[in-house]
Amino acid sequence: MSPRIAKAIINGLLFAAAAIAIAPLLYMVSVSFMTQGEASSLPPPVLPTHATLANYRQLFLNAGMGRYLFNSLLISTSITVISLAFNLMAGYAFAKLEFKGRARLFQLLLGALVIPAQVAMLPLFLLLKYMGLVNTYGAIIVPALATIFGVFLVRQYASGIPDDLMEAARIDGAGEFRIFATIIMPLLKPIMVTLAIFTFLAAWNDFMWPLIALTGQEHYTLPIALASLSREHVQDSELMMAGSVVTILPVLVLFLALQRYYLEGLLLGSVKG
Amino acid sequence: MNTTRAAWLFITPALIILGLFFLLPVVAALVLSVTDFDLYALADIRNLRFVALENYWLLLQRPLFWSALGHTVYFVVVGVPLSLGASLGAAMLLNSPLARFKPFFRTALFAPVVTTVVAVAVIWRYLFNTKYGLINYALDSIGMPTVDWLGDPHWAMPTIILFAVWKNFGYNMIIFMAGLQAIPADLYEAARIDGASAWAQFRHITLPMLKPTMLMVSILTVSGYFQLFAEPYVMTEGGPLQSTTSVLYLMYEEGFKWWNLGSASAVAFILFVIMFAVTAAMLRLSKRGEPA
Repeated sequence: MSPRIAKAIINGLLFAAAAIAIAPLLYMVSVSFMTQGEASSLPPPVLPTHATLANYRQLFLNAGMGRYLFNSLLISTSITVISLAFNLMAGYAFAKLEFKGRARLFQLLLGALVIPAQVAMLPLFLLLKYMGLVNTYGAIIVPALATIFGVFLVRQYASGIPDDLMEAARIDGAGEFRIFATIIMPLLKPIMVTLAIFTFLAAWNDFMWPLIALTGQEHYTLPIALASLSREHVQDSELMMAGSVVTILPVLVLFLALQRYYLEGLLLGSVKG
Repeated sequence: MNTTRAAWLFITPALIILGLFFLLPVVAALVLSVTDFDLYALADIRNLRFVALENYWLLLQRPLFWSALGHTVYFVVVGVPLSLGASLGAAMLLNSPLARFKPFFRTALFAPVVTTVVAVAVIWRYLFNTKYGLINYALDSIGMPTVDWLGDPHWAMPTIILFAVWKNFGYNMIIFMAGLQAIPADLYEAARIDGASAWAQFRHITLPMLKPTMLMVSILTVSGYFQLFAEPYVMTEGGPLQSTTSVLYLMYEEGFKWWNLGSASAVAFILFVIMFAVTAAMLRLSKRGEPA
């Protein structure tokens, strides 16, 4: 086969695959601008005849989408900021600070990675109910404030920091917290960005746990609100597509802006599952 | 302050969260699964009784449990190879020196991974709509018979598999790309000089060199696919005729619709044991294949 034909085939296949991957997303955007009922006509229209923002207006004015967007932002941001701090401290300590039982404790955590999160969900619900947290933001935020994966990722990265740096600071009389804040944190910046995107995306996209723990609409996150709206408005395709746009767009933009860090983290995290 | 005390201060917040909100509930789930915890126990804990393995025993006698397990296994057995095939194919295309616009194609192929399952499931439900969906319209216009994708019990699961493969293949694609880049180019060079065909190169160089990557990716994908829940919840509500009810869907309904938390915990544990056994078997099989 001549190189020219090979090149055409490879790029043609790539183009087709990319089209399949993003066509549904583009179609979603297009349908979200259609007037009500337009998407349920034959043949299915590809582009809106008269583009309108009516669906978005209805979502935010009547369906409480602003509230859900706020909830999602609040929950995902809180989880990201606090869990980043907890995971960084723990990961650094497991990598660089000596203490008795360190290896065994870390082994225990790694072993727990094989347990699917859903096993914990039923008692977790009872525990949070007992604590009075069910149907509050806390029900979603608190259990997510540390992750084994996050601690592991930071530990892998922090292992590369030379011990001399900390030793020198200790000889100069710096306390451990000062060493962490002024010497270690700046060195951990790349893994901080990576872990922050991972955490934010996971929190934003989470579905099963918020579905269980949020029993009233006022605390709904976007995925839960969208699932519940789509059961009420099965026929309202245009409205649902606008809802999907609002749900997907923030994370897609975040990913596009920071994809280098995200993809690096994906490889770091997959070195050992 | 000495280092040991600092170390404990550093790890304590994370340990409290993980211990209290993950490890403790896992242990509690085991305890819960041997009790008859239900709505009455939820109202007053004194109604709780120890029932030993009765929950497990009753589950094994329920046809719905077996069909949910069957659907989940179907999803894993068909979905995982399709997903891995798509991932590896896309990774090889992107890795080819002849490919152009690589960053663009990589981003486009990866985009579905970062989207929210619920939102894209809503889109696909519309695309697969029997009457107004673009997919049936396309089939019809090239003279193919249309399909009641999500309404026909035989087609609902394949439709969900197609959706899941579309949503997830980009993730493994990135990992495969890294694996492919680690294969030394001289191996292919030598094979070409020996006159090996593209297929022979793939079979005798690419696949064996990718084996560790393949194993890791397979294990991650299998355990991910066992956790099927959001797709049937949004697209089919477990139907039609419960043809898309997965094990986790059953756990959710048992626990949070009927409030049989004891029985639901038993479902969760059975799923965990199956996932653990399958992962262990995959590790074992891959070791046996290695030269001593």
